[in-house]
Amino acid sequence: MHEHRDYEGAKIGMWLFLFTEVLLFGGLFLLYAVYLHRYPAEFHAAGKDLSRIFGTANTIVLITSSLFMALAISALQRGKVLLSQRLVLLTVALAGVFLVNKFFEWSAKISHGIYPDSPALLKLPPGEMVFFNLYYLMTGLHGIHVIIGGAVLLYGWHLMRAGRVTPEHFVFLENGGLYWHLVDLVWIYLFPLFYLVV
Amino acid sequence: MTGHDVNYDTGPDMGHDTGHHAVPLRINLLVWAALMALTAITVGVTSFDFGFLNVVVALTVATTKAGLVILWFMHLRYEGRVIRLMVFTAFVILAIAIGFTFFDVAYR
Amino acid sequence: MSADAHDHPNFFQPQPGTKGGIASWIFSTDHKRIGMLYLYCIVAMFLVGLTLGFLIRLELIAPGRTIMGPQTYNALFTLHGVVMIFLVVIPSIPAAFGNIFLPIQIGAEDVSFPRLNIFSWWLYVTGAVLAVVSLVTGKGAPDTGWTFYVPFSAVTTTNVDVAVVAVFILGFSSILTGLNFITTLHRLRAPGMTWTRLPLFCWSLYATGWIQVLATPVLGITVLLIFAERVLGVGLFDPSRGGDPILYQHLFWIYSHPAVYIMILPAMGVISEILPVFARKPIFGYKMIAFSSLAIAFAGSLVWAHHMFVSGMSDTAVMVFSFLTFVVAIPSAIKVFNWVSTLYKGSIRVEPPLWYALAFIFLFSIGGLTGLVLGSAGTDVHVHDTYFVVAHFHYVIFGGLGFGLFGAMHYWFPKVYGRMYDKRIANWSCLIAFVGFNILYFPMFIIGLQGMPRRYYDYLPKYAEGHFISTMGSWVLAAGLLLMFWNLWRGIRHGKPVGRNPWGAATLEWMVPSPPPHHNFDAEPVVTHGPYDYTGVKPDA
Repeated sequence: MHEHRDYEGAKIGMWLFLFTEVLLFGGLFLLYAVYLHRYPAEFHAAGKDLSRIFGTANTIVLITSSLFMALAISALQRGKVLLSQRLVLLTVALAGVFLVNKFFEWSAKISHGIYPDSPALLKLPPGEMVFFNLYYLMTGLHGIHVIIGGAVLLYGWHLMRAGRVTPEHFVFLENGGLYWHLVDLVWIYLFPLFYLVV
Repeated sequence: MTGHDVNYDTGPDMGHDTGHHAVPLRINLLVWAALMALTAITVGVTSFDFGFLNVVVALTVATTKAGLVILWFMHLRYEGRVIRLMVFTAFVILAIAIGFTFFDVAYR
Repeated sequence: MSADAHDHPNFFQPQPGTKGGIASWIFSTDHKRIGMLYLYCIVAMFLVGLTLGFLIRLELIAPGRTIMGPQTYNALFTLHGVVMIFLVVIPSIPAAFGNIFLPIQIGAEDVSFPRLNIFSWWLYVTGAVLAVVSLVTGKGAPDTGWTFYVPFSAVTTTNVDVAVVAVFILGFSSILTGLNFITTLHRLRAPGMTWTRLPLFCWSLYATGWIQVLATPVLGITVLLIFAERVLGVGLFDPSRGGDPILYQHLFWIYSHPAVYIMILPAMGVISEILPVFARKPIFGYKMIAFSSLAIAFAGSLVWAHHMFVSGMSDTAVMVFSFLTFVVAIPSAIKVFNWVSTLYKGSIRVEPPLWYALAFIFLFSIGGLTGLVLGSAGTDVHVHDTYFVVAHFHYVIFGGLGFGLFGAMHYWFPKVYGRMYDKRIANWSCLIAFVGFNILYFPMFIIGLQGMPRRYYDYLPKYAEGHFISTMGSWVLAAGLLLMFWNLWRGIRHGKPVGRNPWGAATLEWMVPSPPPHHNFDAEPVVTHGPYDYTGVKPDA
């Protein structure tokens, strides 16, 4: 069977898929909003325990990775395949940096006994319990998306090397990029909500 | 049927992924710089205590950053009316879900 | 089956140069084959759900224990709900008939993402298998009801974990179907198939697709949270850990209220197809019906908390959501009025699909009007969680979607199989099912008003009469449905062969051979008239 090539259709499909991701996280943002409304003081106290340095560093990492991704698409559209491949690899590398950061951040928290259902967590005031449970759920779900996004981009890199993503047919990489920017977008909200406003 | 039947919404530019031109390097870098600056602002603001206003400022900055990413990095600025309307719809529904829940929790 | 079978094998036959076999079905990317896979699975699951409902009714024929213990009863009504909602009703018309006919109705060769399409069917099968696994593994079948309300679902020892994973996967399957249809309708319409020439079935699937894409993910996160609550001890809905159980209900209904429009909108689309064909005149108010589909999809996302009037949420929310609920009745009423106006002064040909459509309008109107009793906060407090709700829900979903689905089966049967069922038996089965349906569900309104709570294993003697009549009705209904399925089954094998357009319809699927060939159209069609323009269109059989 011959392949359909519908560039516009592929993009519409991808955007629709991104909406489902937005609404998936949306359920958690809803919970966050309600609980921040209910426990402002406890959220403030608990948020002070999170490392602002780690959070800011990871924000810079993700924003920069998004830049590399955008540059990779532009490079491919201009026919600079090799440059595009390198930029995609850089993006994936930054995804790795983000995850390593996250790993250290979570490890530090867990070694202090703060994780869902832990004895130390259950001794905290209810509002702080909610804060940390939301923290693990939301950054955890986001972390899974970072892993998936990195894998998709690696596959896109492979397709470029195999000559199946080209300056003429780049919609796979463009959609992979859209996914990656969405991962960035979610973090843009997670960062202030957990590390700053509280 | 062959691939030629799939493109009538945008006219006969079949065969190639040519929705729009590549975003210039300068613009991508400018957007990145703006995102970094906004990150610096939102971190810096936290050293002042405006009470609830801190939340408003942080979310305003975050939404500005999100807008930059969506419009330029995600190319929404260069997309047609259909996709733009779709994105708008999705965010409206999200806003309704979160907003209307407050009819309950804000008045309990 | 058709005369030109050799040059253009129909989609049941192997493609030229291939052998066919089971793999050519379960790995097919042909939208018609995928639709048939869905159809057979859905009918099979419907028979499972029907049996469960039948057993529940049998248990309730008299007070006290009759055929099963209370724990079995709890598992059965949970399973009846999960199977019927997630495996039958939500996929039903879109995944089966939408897949088969949406591309043909718009003059396309297939949907936009054929491989995603078969993937969604595989997800459906995986979800169905997991739902069965949840019954026989762990510490007993889930007993929470299909709503999985916390705190009970977070603490019960029954196998909720596997059941919610099944629901998550089924939700994903539903999302992919909706995503595919939206993209297909935007991108693959044939030349001349403008948005205002789109069949109303397609319009209803478009609106449904948007609900599937925007609401289902909220269900996804909700069941994931149940999972996290049980497995990780996250406790976001646990008051002892600062959580709020009412927020679970909010999240659940933010999906599950729009989901009832995922269920009913496609059926409304089917009715809008059937009525003008058998009234032999263009549908009345095409634009209003198309618009009302979108309006229902949007307004349906504003009203979810009317399921929660007695949950303890704020009085402000009760008033706001009660008011908004009345708003959503408007577009539904627009449709009903337009359908009735379509029949008015038509030269009506009475055929089985029309009987099912008329049954739909009658039953849906009763279901819709009793919905206003529930949507209005004052009366809801009285009948909340009683059999009144059970009756209302079954009138809307079974009487609406169910009869819409049966109507679709009878309407498109000759197109799919190239044969005609026995129309006389089809009419009788419709009548028997209709009568049985009302005997089964109408008494529930009455015992509900008298205060009979839903989901109870036992009841006071004063409800005995209503329950007895209701169980009698379940036998009549089951008999009617079995007769209907037997008649269709016989029609597949022995029915009289028919031509392209036995009903004299004007939409594109009736221009292709019956059954349709693999690639639907020999040449890309150019559309020059609307979907309900019957000038010069005559039935050919």
